[in-house]
Amino acid sequence: MRKSCLNSVFELAKQDNRVLFLGSDLGAGTLNDFRERYPDRFFMEGVAEQNLIGMAAGLAMEGFIPYVNTIASFLTRRCLEQITIDLCLHNLPVRLIGNGGGLVYAPLGPTHFALDDFALLRALPNMAVVAPSDAVQMRAFMKKTLEWPGPLYIRLAKGGDPVVFSEGFPLEIGKAISLREGRHAVFITTGIMAHRALSAAEILTKKGLDCAVLHFHTVKPLDDARVLSAASEFPLVVTLEEHSRIGGLGSAVLELLADRGSHPGPRILRLAFPDAFVKNYGSQDAILEAAGLQPESIANSVMNSLLGA
Amino acid sequence: MIDRPLPLVPIYPGSPPLDSRSRYLRRLVLRAMEGGERGHIGSSLSLIEILRVLFDDILRIRADEPNWDGRDRCILSKGHGCLALYALLADKGFFPVAELDTFCHFGSFLGGHPERGKIPGVEASTGALGHGLSIGVGQALAAKLKKSDSRSFVVMGDGEINEGSVWEATMTAAKHRLDNLTAIIDYNKLQSYGPTRQVLDMEPLADKWRAFGFTVLEVDGHDVAALQTTFKTISEPGKPTAVICHTIKGKGVLPAENNPEWHHKSRIAPEQFAEFYKALEEN
Repeated sequence: MRKSCLNSVFELAKQDNRVLFLGSDLGAGTLNDFRERYPDRFFMEGVAEQNLIGMAAGLAMEGFIPYVNTIASFLTRRCLEQITIDLCLHNLPVRLIGNGGGLVYAPLGPTHFALDDFALLRALPNMAVVAPSDAVQMRAFMKKTLEWPGPLYIRLAKGGDPVVFSEGFPLEIGKAISLREGRHAVFITTGIMAHRALSAAEILTKKGLDCAVLHFHTVKPLDDARVLSAASEFPLVVTLEEHSRIGGLGSAVLELLADRGSHPGPRILRLAFPDAFVKNYGSQDAILEAAGLQPESIANSVMNSLLGA
Repeated sequence: MIDRPLPLVPIYPGSPPLDSRSRYLRRLVLRAMEGGERGHIGSSLSLIEILRVLFDDILRIRADEPNWDGRDRCILSKGHGCLALYALLADKGFFPVAELDTFCHFGSFLGGHPERGKIPGVEASTGALGHGLSIGVGQALAAKLKKSDSRSFVVMGDGEINEGSVWEATMTAAKHRLDNLTAIIDYNKLQSYGPTRQVLDMEPLADKWRAFGFTVLEVDGHDVAALQTTFKTISEPGKPTAVICHTIKGKGVLPAENNPEWHHKSRIAPEQFAEFYKALEEN
């Protein structure tokens, strides 16, 4: 997914000379082809995220479209004030590409986890937040980024993630996609959890439960209409995300339903990480499993909720 | 606090007396403060001559076309000094002088810190310190990419440059050989709590900027002629420039001069305003 995303930036740069690439001391060889073809529009800067964001803001003020890339936890937390003021208050078309969204860097520990990125960036006016599910969707999504008017945060997954989408699947920023029909419950999910939701739905089918899956690649602006219609159609809404239970997609859904949902609304099950630092290393899958966020556990939680256990 | 002598006397003690334009601009600052019943007076008054010379003699700008692409960019990174910027923008015709009376009012476009998009002539929304130089780096780099001869000026405070982000920006400016970028430091030697020498000593300041890849010039920040000469002679090919302006916080309003208690002031009595105006009257 990461490779698809960065290659897409190169493709966009070929089409549009406003496109720039800014990195913060990325891995050796990153986008070499871009650097060789457009050395004036490729900037590999130091380990200085605050300056990187301010610099991107200055470039965007002058008509350029900077794509800024580094590790998600540093790109969001270290320079949150620069993102808030320089990008969001000025409402500039800078694209932030966060490597290692969620738990991609599982072996590297809490400094490298990004389980709060949706919460931090969702609170900022003008910011859009997206988390495509796989490389195919990422390519489709990146084509839409050129003309997006304001700042945009793109959460990247590990790469080699299971592909959920087929080529040519229509995509619009801010519009959820139905991946599966159902009637007993609906998953509202984002990023790589789309795949887990589909697997959980398969498991539940075998138990006689028919669950729909909606993929919200865009966490903000939220597809309000899709959330509200799902809430009116299903007795159980399950939000599923690789994020803290504070401030992410589940929170966004709850906020919307509290403000605009009918009462009494559906039952809601929020599946996310607890408000605690992750204490383990290992693999992304192992940490997801420990948090009850792999297909079997997800299916069990949904079944318990539906059967009132 | 470290017990050290207070080096509050500026290096250039012989500033010429304030001329009538400098006094007029200070009266505009007071007018806005009266309107808003508050303001960072000390931080604004040290800036007057720096901004005056930039706007009168250096910047290529068009008040009737504030977004003209060929303009020079000037960011007041120490956004709390905005009263000085507002005085200059009003004086130059970017907006009517009478708007100064609305400073900090609910529906005003003149807030306690300047905002881009609200105020004609304001290049960046500042107030959170340590942001302006990075934005200036981006703008200067953009000018190079567009082969434009626009220059970028970023005015910072001496407390502001405590921020690490400023030094990230200096290294980047030097790396990209941004000779179209000028960093200006309003070195009044007093930050909010007290003397910079005590709160966080930035000395040797000129050496720091030099070590970070800048051509460094030092000037009396209240000497109009010296500022004109300095700003006109800057620019060494391939290097950004830093101009350290030695100033006096609160310059021109005696109780505020060199007095940290006047960093920000509200509820100034009408009689006191009257006194200040009198001291700043035409001779």
